[in-house]
Amino acid sequence: MNRHSKYMAAVSGIAMMCSAAVAQADVLFWSTQARPVEEAQAMRETVMADAPETVDYQANEDGPWLTRIRAELQAGSGAIGLLGALHGNFSAMEADQLVDLGDLGITSNSETFNTLSKLGTDTPQYIPWMQASYIMAANKESLQYLPEGADIDALTYDQLIAWTANVHEATGQAKFGFPAGPKGLKHRFFEGYLYPSYTNGVVRTYASDKAVTAWEKFRELWEHTNPASTNFSFMQEQLLSGDAWIVFDHTSRLAQAFNERPDDFVAFPAPAGPEGRGFMPVLAGLAIPETAPDKDAAKALISYMMTPETQIATLRATSFFPVIDVDLPDDLPPAVQAAGDAVAKMSSAHDANPGLLPSGLGNQGGEFDRIFNDTFERIVLARQDIRMVLDDQKPRLAAIMDETGAPCWAPDAPSEGACPVE
Amino acid sequence: MNARLLPYMLILPVTLFLGVFFLYPFVLVAQQAFSGSDGFSMANFRDVFSYWKFPISLKNTLLLAAIVVPVQLALSLLMATMVSKMKKGRDLVLYVWTIPLGISDLAAGIIWLAIFEQSGFLNSMMSGLGVIDQPVNFLSYQHPGVIFLAIALAEIWRATAIMLVIIVAGIGLIPKEYYEAAEVFGASPWKRFTKITLPMLRPSLQTALILRVVLAFEVFAVVAALGGTLMPVLMGEIYAYQFDLLNSNAAAALALVVLALSIAFTVIILRVLRVPKGASI
Repeated sequence: MNRHSKYMAAVSGIAMMCSAAVAQADVLFWSTQARPVEEAQAMRETVMADAPETVDYQANEDGPWLTRIRAELQAGSGAIGLLGALHGNFSAMEADQLVDLGDLGITSNSETFNTLSKLGTDTPQYIPWMQASYIMAANKESLQYLPEGADIDALTYDQLIAWTANVHEATGQAKFGFPAGPKGLKHRFFEGYLYPSYTNGVVRTYASDKAVTAWEKFRELWEHTNPASTNFSFMQEQLLSGDAWIVFDHTSRLAQAFNERPDDFVAFPAPAGPEGRGFMPVLAGLAIPETAPDKDAAKALISYMMTPETQIATLRATSFFPVIDVDLPDDLPPAVQAAGDAVAKMSSAHDANPGLLPSGLGNQGGEFDRIFNDTFERIVLARQDIRMVLDDQKPRLAAIMDETGAPCWAPDAPSEGACPVE
Repeated sequence: MNARLLPYMLILPVTLFLGVFFLYPFVLVAQQAFSGSDGFSMANFRDVFSYWKFPISLKNTLLLAAIVVPVQLALSLLMATMVSKMKKGRDLVLYVWTIPLGISDLAAGIIWLAIFEQSGFLNSMMSGLGVIDQPVNFLSYQHPGVIFLAIALAEIWRATAIMLVIIVAGIGLIPKEYYEAAEVFGASPWKRFTKITLPMLRPSLQTALILRVVLAFEVFAVVAALGGTLMPVLMGEIYAYQFDLLNSNAAAALALVVLALSIAFTVIILRVLRVPKGASI
């Protein structure tokens, strides 16, 4: 090694030490939300701009997210200061791995969310952070094919099927789009929309005769669904490309379409079935792991994230709505306005049948979702007999409920002990 | 330095490395696979085997290996013989042929996705030639055969070079005298290939086949890119257990199944292509 390269090595060594020192002063915000590059950038540049601490915002897929926090908890020391994730991510952790947040005195405006955030204990284990839901969206060109007498804000599943059939006939292409790809959120459609609308339940009614009807209807809808749907995960892409005209998805997975071409698309509530208009919220929260290096800094950051100004900045950055009472400004992005209207219409509909997120499943949440994804793959893609598939999957669902002891959640009727599969 | 100790000293670093980064994790994985809620249990294996997708993914993985590896073997033998006959430009051809080897398998999957997609090159070419009116979706659940074919093609394109490189090196080691003697006795080129090249290549074929078959059981990224969840393979199921279901125990159990398959096929290849004792080049 000559003198020059020795000098270079020393400089780079010092540089590495400096960057390590800087990284330590930051609060590491370890999140599963706002993953797309633009959203993560908006989180860093606008939402965190006035934060009391310097924040290192890192967004990850669920798997790597959980792997790292689990490793830190197992090691008993870590660098992660603040966790941001969905309710389901937190319920897969143990309550004693998260710092009790009751003394912060921050609650959301929804009692349901506040109860969910306790994860079965007496005090909040995470603070409800932001919310979203799933809605329908359509290309305005498809509106001319709406069946006679149908009101787009009060559609039924039968009308939706007739509508997609009309479009199919007129254009020669199946233009309903469904996020059935590997990263798509199809299971939420079955758990929070199809089942509640047709069976007024999810777990109890999993294998009921009404469920058979629900799957028959979904098969009809699938006839007019773009067959490439099994590769679709973010329906905004297919709305923009024109591959799908009528779609169902998470509000933030539709946002890009509305923001890029606000005049071309409409957002509207999910359809209703015989048991009402089933729909489901999405809830994200903030929590502090027991291994956080500076818990006070993390708490200060939570308080900052929950101020009305930050909540509105978060809404602009991620299209997730505030969970506290705020006065929304008039100049919100088009996607936020469209989604906000659709969600408001959905929840105030006279036949609204709101469901809850699956809760109490702990780390079996993935297995629970897999039951519904498998049911879909077998009934709709492999065209197996509906009754046979439901009876075959039923014991698996019952085993998950028994193992976790999770009680029923809405719209299933309450249960004593584990929710039974009837 | 004691001359008797020297060899052991020399292999010590590698042994340590393998011990720490291969054997130790392997023991942990095996432990995980066999542990349930209360100590030792086979529950993870029962779980994995009774899942309705397991037979399908096992079948897909084996079928893919059974189709891809022989085609690759034939292709790489052909290419290697061609290269070894070349006088000029041999290196250039070898470099070009091995380019796919430098591309990550996910990137390879995406390249072939760009070809077969609804808005991909194949569709635009066919509609440009007037064969089709509107784009066809080749990679849909309605055409499982096409998905399989696309994956097989991508795998053949991507990983033939790894066998080629080994076989080219093997052919280079065969002494010229054998061929000269065969020519003197008037053996045809085909005869020379089957009677000299193939038998003398046995050690290289062994290595190439073991490497390729084991890698074929681990096929993942290409399948994920082209087939998504429509064509389950063992590795994809392991990923789903680990990251979607957060069930490391079941993932570990399935990983052991893949390991057992790999070992079984390695042993078979070793026995079938064994070089008799004392025989050497």
